[in-house]
Amino acid sequence: MNINRRKWLGSMLALGGAALLPMRLFADTAAAFKATSADVALKELFGDLPMEESSEINFKVPDIAENGAVVPVSVSTDIEGVQSITIMVDENPNPMSASFNISPDAIADISTRVKMGKSSKVRALVRTPDKVYVASQEVKVTIGGCGG
Amino acid sequence: MVRTTILGAGLLLLGSVALVSAPLASDTSDTNSGIDPQADRQALRDFYSQRFPDVPLEEHKNGVYAFDEGAREQWLEMEDFPPYEIAVDEGAELYEMPFADGQGYPDCFGDGAVKGRYPHYDDVRGEVVTLEMAINECRADHGEAPLAYDGAAITRLTAYMAYASRGQIIDVALPEGEGALAAYESGRRFYSTRRGQLNFACSSCHVQLAGNRLRAERLSASLGQVTHWPVYRFKWQDVGSLHLRFNECNSQVGAEPFPPQSEEYRNLEYFLSYMSNGLELNGPASRK
Amino acid sequence: MAAQVKIRGKLKDGVAQVKSLMPHPMETGTQRDPAGNLIPAHYIDKVTCYRNDQEVLSADFGASVSKDPYFAFKVKNCSPGDVIKVTWVDNKGETSSGELVLK
Repeated sequence: MNINRRKWLGSMLALGGAALLPMRLFADTAAAFKATSADVALKELFGDLPMEESSEINFKVPDIAENGAVVPVSVSTDIEGVQSITIMVDENPNPMSASFNISPDAIADISTRVKMGKSSKVRALVRTPDKVYVASQEVKVTIGGCGG
Repeated sequence: MVRTTILGAGLLLLGSVALVSAPLASDTSDTNSGIDPQADRQALRDFYSQRFPDVPLEEHKNGVYAFDEGAREQWLEMEDFPPYEIAVDEGAELYEMPFADGQGYPDCFGDGAVKGRYPHYDDVRGEVVTLEMAINECRADHGEAPLAYDGAAITRLTAYMAYASRGQIIDVALPEGEGALAAYESGRRFYSTRRGQLNFACSSCHVQLAGNRLRAERLSASLGQVTHWPVYRFKWQDVGSLHLRFNECNSQVGAEPFPPQSEEYRNLEYFLSYMSNGLELNGPASRK
Repeated sequence: MAAQVKIRGKLKDGVAQVKSLMPHPMETGTQRDPAGNLIPAHYIDKVTCYRNDQEVLSADFGASVSKDPYFAFKVKNCSPGDVIKVTWVDNKGETSSGELVLK
């Protein structure tokens, strides 16, 4: 299903009764993955949705990664109405790493392993219909002591 | 002739102040050479007991994860579903594939749980025999070409066999007789001889500085280093053998490395295995 | 054919706690081979999870997900006998899956 978002938005605004609907129903994940900066990736994903730091996200990621090729990441939360969880590694060439779409039949609790090119802030973004909640942490990636 | 232990020799080589008193082995062996593996092993165990007072000796089978909290947490996360399982699966498939003559690995090794038998010193052949050698000998016996010692196939086979052998206790027979003692001593000497541009001996890092930080990581003890091979190294993004790691480590100190399954590395493996007698096999494992 | 997805899990109080490991090179397209040539990008980009043929979760992966992706998740309203299925598609259109029958 390919909808021209601008056209759709235009028609909704024209109807004048769309004030209750979020401005972006369709996140542009393809564009977000291509983005080379976290800011652009966030914009592509979440548009103008308000974003706020939250202590209600359990974000587990190591302080010092054993190896940048395999960094374990876990995100879970009891926040209501979670639609998706996104992981971003700010300093990666393409910061967007993965996005998990949580249906009402699933629980907002995922784990995976990501590649990090170098030390970076890593973010967990939890999306609900009217807000994006964020938790972030600095993860150090180092050269091995034995020379690699 | 009074014989110094490896610790004594290592400290002499490094010329540093003794961190622990170095017990001298009494000449209990019945040869004139004064080589005393039992005393060496006890001295090494005593050293690590003192160096890591809160770590039970058997725990060193997990390397730095025995004492580095941050690394241990990540290791436990990886153990939840470790990447080496894929290599074990692939190894199982290879293990079950018959040779052209209709026979297969099970005819040589049964269910594959034989890692506890290797390495051992073969008096008749006059050399240390490793699992990798035995695999290629099985192949030769059935008219199959040998596998490259650090190729993907042999590493997957050993991953499967290591997994099948988990829990077996390392029990290398006490080196007795000239040949075995010579192989043991060759391994021990290699281990405590400085080499390369960085002029490190294995013992420099893994005895003298065991537990210390080297940039962002900590150095593991020699005790337990042979229990868990082949290893899935995140750096390699693949499983690799103990000898590959020896080779890599020698290169990293700027020394000429030896090929996998060379006599030098087989003797080194033999020495290190005897040192780890009593520890449990727990391969394959993940490491950074 | 691409290797099967390895999948394990347990059922507790109606929630299936599932862990999966998907053998896949996850090449970013920026690495070079020993000859110096760029290795083309080859990575899983979509993962879909089902409970008895009903889609319950999906994931969009980029090439920065680690090699042999690991993915753990939880599904509600599960009963013994339910089948949890994890399927993936990569940027070349290759696909594979794995199944688990909950006990």
